Amino acid sequence: MTKTREQLMVPRAEPRTYYDRPVLKKPVWKWYIPAYFFTGGMAGAAAPLSFAARVRGNRRLARRAGLVSLAGIAASPVFLIADLGKPGRWYNMLRVAKPTSPMSVGTWLISAFGPLTGAAVLSDLTGVFPGLGELCDALAAFIGPAVSTYTAVLTADTAIPAWHEAWRELPAIFAGGSAASAGAATVLITPAADAEPARRLVVLGSLMELGADRAMEERLGDLAEPYTSGKASTPAKAAKGLLAAGAALALAGRRRPLLGKAGAAATLAGVALTRWSIFQAGFESAEHPRFTVQPQRERISV
Amino acid sequence: MTDVTQRMGFFTDTTLCIGCKACEVACKEWNRVPEDGLNFLGHSYDNSGELGASTWRHVAFIEQKKPVNVETNGSASDMRWLMSSDVCKHCTNAACLDVCPTGALFRTEFDTVVVQADICNGCGYCVPACPFGVIDKREEDGRVWKCTLCYDRIGVGLEPACAKSCPTKSIQFGPLEELRTRARARVDELHERGVADARLYGDSPADGVGGMGAFFLLLDDPEVYRLPPDPVVTTRDLPSMWKAAGAAALGLAAAVAASVLGGRR
Ligand code: SF4
Ligand code: SF4
Repeated sequence: MTKTREQLMVPRAEPRTYYDRPVLKKPVWKWYIPAYFFTGGMAGAAAPLSFAARVRGNRRLARRAGLVSLAGIAASPVFLIADLGKPGRWYNMLRVAKPTSPMSVGTWLISAFGPLTGAAVLSDLTGVFPGLGELCDALAAFIGPAVSTYTAVLTADTAIPAWHEAWRELPAIFAGGSAASAGAATVLITPAADAEPARRLVVLGSLMELGADRAMEERLGDLAEPYTSGKASTPAKAAKGLLAAGAALALAGRRRPLLGKAGAAATLAGVALTRWSIFQAGFESAEHPRFTVQPQRERISV
Repeated sequence: MTDVTQRMGFFTDTTLCIGCKACEVACKEWNRVPEDGLNFLGHSYDNSGELGASTWRHVAFIEQKKPVNVETNGSASDMRWLMSSDVCKHCTNAACLDVCPTGALFRTEFDTVVVQADICNGCGYCVPACPFGVIDKREEDGRVWKCTLCYDRIGVGLEPACAKSCPTKSIQFGPLEELRTRARARVDELHERGVADARLYGDSPADGVGGMGAFFLLLDDPEVYRLPPDPVVTTRDLPSMWKAAGAAALGLAAAVAASVLGGRR
């Protein structure tokens, strides 16, 4: 949709609202949810990293990526259950399997992924049932990318304008950040000589997240405002700086292991902050009715 | 007896509303909805603000500088007062129900949308999913609550408490098809009488939520009443969203493969 110069110069009429009160309800999710996006995403991406490293014969890297995956997926249910209004009823998630509910799909994904990762790591550490362990490792690697990206659908499948309208790019942002954080956490605990593939993953993942983020802001137009100004903008800007610096330092990590680890730490912080900023932008766009009313008004009056 | 094969709903004719809030009170009493603040908001006569976990009918008050029909009003005035009792829309395609991961939200035999309080675990997904900002979590309780269209009353052939208490029949309850016919006739009648502003909101099965089980006759744009002008059920885009996620997952796998298999070990 291109606008002529004349059209651009006419000031946009503020949409009409009911005493500027929000049309939508703000999400009731607390910080546990973006924390889970971080841990779950990292776990999902570390699984294929572990598998691929094993295939390539880099056992040190494979084992450590497996540990990252297990740590991430073990923390996840803690966050998820803590966020429930009735934590004691968490098992009601297992009553149904609903493809229309990304949360239901996710429940079943992590219910499969968690035990597979646990079994793979246990077998790797103890040497018991190596064949079965490798099978679990492969299956976890297969499911992992879905664990990292379904959360983007969960976020977008709401009426919150800054989330819903970003449905095209959010999955790539989540995928890129998951890859970067999985690589970064693995770099931190792996001897530098064995960590080269993980450092490369930090770079590729960060580029993917930064690129998708840029594409999202461009396509959103006016609706990018909750991301670029307001309370989400500070963490969003910091995240971009940290991801860029982290990727550059990770590249330097080839020669200087300490720089590589510093880059990994910056990357982890950057990925966490992106998730936090996306979360905040959603709240911001729900609080101001114009973000809800304006696009809908324009949609029906063309 | 109520014919259970029919879809039941509300038609709220806001031109008849006198802002008495009998519906808000009757709803609270019948459904034992807890008190949620005795506030002075400074927004005309509106003291409850919006629908929420403990406000299942909400009367909006809008004061406008716009001459009313002097003939019917009897006195010349340059001000008009719009009043409207809002409620859960009991959407044909209900986002809250689609996203609920426990099955706590379900569709009844009357085609209404109800939360089962003994199943809801307070995951909160339905709250940001609703395009009307209706359903919300009661923090002290942990679960979500909203209008049930008096599931207990209509099941035994009674009308919902709000409709029963409405002294002007601004809130009308009945089989949805009947209500739609009646509402269209009412708009025609108003247009004939010179009320050109009269329009229906939510009566069309072609809208973004497949038509609302509770729809309205309004005298101004929906957003003036805190109603979204073009609500769309978020799950309409879900297949495309899953495709985008699938592509991103493949991208992630490719990034891992390139990192590990391409280049030095
Ligand atoms: S108005 Fe909101 S709460 Fe009511 S049925 Fe529709 S989506 Fe659900
Ligand atoms: S809060 Fe309750 S009703 Fe709402 S989606 Fe979660 S389980 Fe379903």
